[in-house]
Amino acid sequence: MSPVETSIPAGYTKVFGRPNSLSDAPTTYCPGCHHGVATRLVAEVIDELGIQERTVGIAPVGCAVFLYRFYRCDFVQAAHGRACAVATGLKRANPELIVFSYQGDGDLAAIGTAETVHAANRGENITVVFINNQIYGMTGGEMAPTTLAGQHTTTTPRGRDVATTGYPLKISEMLAQLDGPTYITRQSLHDAPHVAKARKALLTGFQNQVEGKGFSLVELVASCPTNFKMSPQKANKWLVEQALPAFPLGDLKVRD
Amino acid sequence: MPKGMTVIDKERCKGCGLCVAACPFGVLAFSEEHNSSGYNVAMAQHPEKCTACMVCAQICPDVAIEVYRLDRAESKGAA
Ligand code: SF4
Ligand code: SF4
Repeated sequence: MSPVETSIPAGYTKVFGRPNSLSDAPTTYCPGCHHGVATRLVAEVIDELGIQERTVGIAPVGCAVFLYRFYRCDFVQAAHGRACAVATGLKRANPELIVFSYQGDGDLAAIGTAETVHAANRGENITVVFINNQIYGMTGGEMAPTTLAGQHTTTTPRGRDVATTGYPLKISEMLAQLDGPTYITRQSLHDAPHVAKARKALLTGFQNQVEGKGFSLVELVASCPTNFKMSPQKANKWLVEQALPAFPLGDLKVRD
Repeated sequence: MPKGMTVIDKERCKGCGLCVAACPFGVLAFSEEHNSSGYNVAMAQHPEKCTACMVCAQICPDVAIEVYRLDRAESKGAA
């Protein structure tokens, strides 16, 4: 990428830059996609906890499939939906590792629901980053389990009809009912204050694993401007007005 | 000297406009320039208004923005 070492006059100190755990590779996400923010926040948390050398990420299938290019840490790319199962194996084989999966709603909440539920129920000491953008991004904007009632997608062109396709799946609420998990929270990425809260939640999710506390899942409500067919700003507005009422924010389960 | 300063990596910028819309002080705007991927890149049109609040950098999905803050001694001298 282009060098940013342009002329910084004397008397200024850098207060924001790219985290060390993020590689120099440009992301393959679309313009305005919240995946980029989530990807950066995880890198910042890895830096802050000083765990880069022993962290292994599990990349999903979906828009974040190339995640291993974007980080400076080890990665395994799991088959579609299997990230929590792969994470379980890695963590059990080598408990010294810090293992996180990063999955979208198509990966985690559709084909991978079983793996997710059972990893949570077993209380595996892993951290799951769940990006809920209410749609299938990479494959062309089809309905996801998390798609809102009435939401237009390429497979629900007249809006999602709950009578035939069911309701938006509330994974975090489901998992919070289980005895296994330690920390289940839902945050959003639509503006700077919420990004700061999301970062704090991710920090807790990773810190829990460092302290051996068990299963943490941080759901991040995110936008997919390309497949929402909206400008990034409009997509943010839509998240606030449409998505957040269906996916209320906050901690759903916190166990010390 | 302005309290803050942004440096935007033009090659990383995807021209999403989120920083332009989010800056509380109207510092940022789209430039006339397009990068090698064809994206219309953001720029600091009113750098003198920057407060180093980092709102732009917090929401840039491409981590294209660096923020610099004027050191205390300097800001006293400039006032
Ligand atoms: S640091 Fe704050 S004031 Fe400066 S350009 Fe960014 S958002 Fe605007
Ligand atoms: S938020 Fe980032 S990618 Fe979007 S226009 Fe601003 S600098 Fe470019």
